[in-house]
Amino acid sequence: MALPPYASPAEKLWFWAFRVLCGLVLLFLITPVLVIIPLSFSSGSFLTYPLPGFSLRWYTEIFDPSGPWLAALKNSLIVAPLATLLAMALGTLAAVGLNRADFPGKGMLLALLISPMVVPLVIVAVGMYFFFAQVGLLNSYSGLVLAHTVLGVPFVVITVNATLQGFDFNQVRAGASLGASPMRVFFTVVLPQILPGVVSGGLFAFATSFDEVVVALFIASPTERTLPIQMFSGIRENISPAIAAMATILILLSTLLLVTMELLRRRSERLKGSVE
Amino acid sequence: MPTTTLDGDAAAPAQGNLKSRLRRAERLRKVKAVSLVAPLALFLVVVFVVPIGSMLFNSTDNGSLRQIMPQTASSLQQWDGEGLPGEATFAAFADELRDSRRGGGLGSVGRRLNYEDSGFRGLLMRTLMGLPPASDNWRDTLVEIDPAWGETATWRGIQAAAPPRTDRYLLASLDLERGPDGEVQRVDQQDRLYQAVFQRTMVIAGGVTLICLALGFPLAYLLATLPARTSNLLMILVLLPFWTSLLVRTAAWIILLQSNGLANQSLMALGLVESPLQLVFNRIGVFFAMVHILLPFMVLPLYSVMKGISPSFQRAAVSLGAHPFAAFWQVYVPQTVSGVAAGTILVFIMALGYYITPALVGGPADQMVSYYVAYYTNTTNNWGMAAALGSILLVVTLLLYLVYHRLVNRRQLIRR
Repeated sequence: MALPPYASPAEKLWFWAFRVLCGLVLLFLITPVLVIIPLSFSSGSFLTYPLPGFSLRWYTEIFDPSGPWLAALKNSLIVAPLATLLAMALGTLAAVGLNRADFPGKGMLLALLISPMVVPLVIVAVGMYFFFAQVGLLNSYSGLVLAHTVLGVPFVVITVNATLQGFDFNQVRAGASLGASPMRVFFTVVLPQILPGVVSGGLFAFATSFDEVVVALFIASPTERTLPIQMFSGIRENISPAIAAMATILILLSTLLLVTMELLRRRSERLKGSVE
Repeated sequence: MPTTTLDGDAAAPAQGNLKSRLRRAERLRKVKAVSLVAPLALFLVVVFVVPIGSMLFNSTDNGSLRQIMPQTASSLQQWDGEGLPGEATFAAFADELRDSRRGGGLGSVGRRLNYEDSGFRGLLMRTLMGLPPASDNWRDTLVEIDPAWGETATWRGIQAAAPPRTDRYLLASLDLERGPDGEVQRVDQQDRLYQAVFQRTMVIAGGVTLICLALGFPLAYLLATLPARTSNLLMILVLLPFWTSLLVRTAAWIILLQSNGLANQSLMALGLVESPLQLVFNRIGVFFAMVHILLPFMVLPLYSVMKGISPSFQRAAVSLGAHPFAAFWQVYVPQTVSGVAAGTILVFIMALGYYITPALVGGPADQMVSYYVAYYTNTTNNWGMAAALGSILLVVTLLLYLVYHRLVNRRQLIRR
């Protein structure tokens, strides 16, 4: 969108005003993410600039083996991968089923599978709180894993569904006619082709569980306190550079997620390109 | 598929056989497909749909009076609400009041009746203290303990708690109530709480959506029209915040906007303000943080629609003599409508249910409906009210989702 040489002064002004506005919006988006990082290396205990000096004391604090941060991180690292695996398994199966044949009520079914994404989290949280209290899953890791599976599964369904749009199911027939069992066909023919969708859905599900506060606040006891709950109460009670240190680690993690997603996207684009 | 009929009647039986075999194979395929979806569907029904459904059903639950005082409840349901109920009701009530202390049910009955009149819990306690072991005339005995038992309004209050279902919570969440004759009326001016809450929720969600559109549209346009290399680079600036934890971003805004934070420091260094402004723990902070969190959800659908719009239409309009602004407004913008609609509804739906961000960066006057649902569940155990407010929020959200669903192919929900 370069400016043509014959542009009038008004057009030039508009062009540059537009660019400046976009620059400011981008600055608005990235500033908060960048501002918090240096503060985590502060030697003082206030989250203000200029920094009094450089130190790693807040990192030693969050990685203190007897401290609350490491315990919370450990809990999140138990819950998130389990919820992600469950969501990937259930979501992939369902997406394959949805694309395998037409059957009545398919639209409604898809709407049901995606609905956890749109229902306000507080409502999910209160509903599960009462339900888990009745069935004895309140304050348990299993309850938390099930809840986070529900919240993550729509992402898997959507991404796998999207990858399957270009999938030719005649390959399944071909595999079966050559004598392969349905399981073998799935793992050797279907799965390798839809893997980018499965993995990116899984990453979304992981990120969801790793960042989920509301439901966890309702259904988890202090023993199952996850990282987001620890962050939440830290921000609420006493916002210290320890939060900035944990935030920096989380930003690192999200950069990693972003890069992985980008690589997956490129790969699937390349695959599509080679077919066409 | 038209198969040949060359062989005439001779081939008919075989063909019918083939047809039915085809049908059977087709049916088998459908059954297989459904059975693949079934595990997830069942899982969601059990862990998600039924819990939320029964929670919402709680919004019409009339509390435990029926379980704790069954006879009182059933005899009051037959009472016409005029004068005082009969001696049998008084006796049943005295009996069940005494029993309720043992089972621990008095607390929940008191809490429920207090919604009718805030003096009920005290009245029950006082009455229980003065209750004699036996009496010939319970009506006189009770009136003697407390004259409130001689008033029709007291018994009408208990009567209101007698049926198993009630619409009081749903009405209350709309600032309505049942009058003395059962007709629906608005509550007194000073008691109208929820209208303000819903209004505030709409104002915040609507405001955030409009700001996101105003900021997101130009940005998406820039990203869609720049050369791929540059736009991919700039896209990182959109996607990194998108992938960053919501709590990290909320904490960052508190740090940026606090009275000695960078925002105030820069404003003061520029000489724009003399003393630090209050930018956080109020509405300003809520807007900053929520717009920041939701902006990528506006930019991404807009970008994917704009990416598919050919620039040649706009060029054609300009070459035909249209002013560049007219070309943009009349030719380009109408083509982005589906993206605008998708982004707007998506952001609005998400903003409606916000809880964590306003709770952390807002003040008491910036809390949205979700906050009150959580508050009634955790703090006051008024589950009827929590469920009623939740139902309204859910219905509004699902209606908007339905509109969204019609507008956008579900696949476009996530572009990356």
